[in-house]
Amino acid sequence: MSGGTASPQPFAPTAGLLARRRRERLARGVFLAMTVLMILPLAGILGYLVVRAWPSLSWSFLVEAPARGMREGGIWPALVGTIDLVVISLAVAAPIGVLAAIYLNEYARDNWVHRVVNLAVITLAGVPSIVHALFGLGAFVYAARLGYSILSASLTLALMTLPVIIASTREALASVPRSFREACWNVGATRWQTIRAVVLPNSIGGILTGIILQVSRAAGETAPIMFTGAVFYKAVRGGTLLPYRLDEQCMALSMHLYTLATQVPNVRPSIPYATAVVLLAVVLLVNAAAITLRLRVRTRPKW
Amino acid sequence: MIPPDDLAIETRGLNLWYGSFQALRNVNLRIRRGIITALIGPSGCGKTTLLRCFNRINERDPNVRTTGEVRILGHEIHGPHVALEELRRHVGMVFQRPNPLPLSVYENVVFGLRVHCSAGALTRDELDAAVESALTEVGLWRDLRDRLDRRATDLQLEQQQKLCIARLLPLKPELILMDEPCSALDVEGTHAIEELMFSLRERYTIVIVTHNMAQARRASDECVFMLLGELVEHRRTADLFLAPSDPRTAEYIEGRYG
Repeated sequence: MSGGTASPQPFAPTAGLLARRRRERLARGVFLAMTVLMILPLAGILGYLVVRAWPSLSWSFLVEAPARGMREGGIWPALVGTIDLVVISLAVAAPIGVLAAIYLNEYARDNWVHRVVNLAVITLAGVPSIVHALFGLGAFVYAARLGYSILSASLTLALMTLPVIIASTREALASVPRSFREACWNVGATRWQTIRAVVLPNSIGGILTGIILQVSRAAGETAPIMFTGAVFYKAVRGGTLLPYRLDEQCMALSMHLYTLATQVPNVRPSIPYATAVVLLAVVLLVNAAAITLRLRVRTRPKW
Repeated sequence: MIPPDDLAIETRGLNLWYGSFQALRNVNLRIRRGIITALIGPSGCGKTTLLRCFNRINERDPNVRTTGEVRILGHEIHGPHVALEELRRHVGMVFQRPNPLPLSVYENVVFGLRVHCSAGALTRDELDAAVESALTEVGLWRDLRDRLDRRATDLQLEQQQKLCIARLLPLKPELILMDEPCSALDVEGTHAIEELMFSLRERYTIVIVTHNMAQARRASDECVFMLLGELVEHRRTADLFLAPSDPRTAEYIEGRYG
């Protein structure tokens, strides 16, 4: 027979290995626990909100105006107000942001001006929204004499989303391989021809995703619009599609939620929760749209 | 001495720095028209940098500084009247990794024409003819004539590289610069590209950078050996490999370093 019984099995686990395996299990357990810990609050929040909001959730809640001092009725004016604010702010911020990002990424040389601009963009993105709100109050409401209005509030939101749109657009542009650009330059294409023929078509998905994600941010912010154009209550008939003029103040979902929760006594308890669910649903829908867009772009044949 | 009309590229006292690193040192080079010239040397010797001087694609990097002259077909290309777009139309470039644009095969071939002509100046027939002649010249027409609307990035690598060469042809370049055009290809692909180079010689002047000494030996008429940013030796390929005059060349082709 072989001498296998005398010598230890060559592939048997050693004591050191068993210790390493224990640490491996521990590490895995910790990472898993943290993941669960992250998901739990989200599920908790969603579940709690939906359960509390259930009695009020209905189609009429969406399309009716608040009634009896906001203690009953729906949220139509706030919903439309939020949509107005978001659409106008992005209509301003998206073109400026995208074009500026194209300049910075495709044209600007790497010199100190460029670095200062970069620093400004990053800093602007980190400014707290309440500071944007104060600036909007000073600049748009007073200095530009736009008054407390949808316009002032939208411009303030635009200012807040602009740096992030610039950053995400630059990232999308930078993900287009340099070899595509070189291929274009090497047949004598100008930069604009290169951008139009190759860079934009291959980054448009990422650019749009970045913009759409700012929709949810603009929809959720309260401070910037509170100072510049959102009101507690404005009498608007439920279901009207364009109830506000641009130089009027408007209601907005985030603001409405704050009002219901803190300023109005004896509200039916399910109404603030239902408002929160609608706000959350708007944000989730928009994010879902962004994700779908990104998936569609990703599944295109790769280079 | 080469008569001036036969000169495709001439450099005089060409120096180039990346920041403070000098990548080319006083390069004086005369490349003949209508032949294949190979640039060889170990990694970092400046052969790709030199190649990229010939259509000024180097200048995309803000750190690059050059002094000296580069003449293409007798014309100084750093002059004030030189438009980069026109220069690059006459001096095309093929890269290490095939870089077809993420468009159809057809659009890849006509891309240069579209770039240089205003919209509507080209008829469909002209474009079709350009595609057929360019693809025929690189030997892709038979394979791709029915699949011109396919995405170019889905082709095999060898076909992609041929397409990248075909993309230059409608612009009628005088020179084609190739930066290790076969390094991403297998043996058959390499062979096919070399065959293609032979068939394009005479109509175009070809300068190829290669890491592969055997390829330089097979596929070039003249050979330039560079080391540490200097031009060491420039002779007919057969002579350079059989009887190198500089000991550094001899050691390199024997494989002592590199």
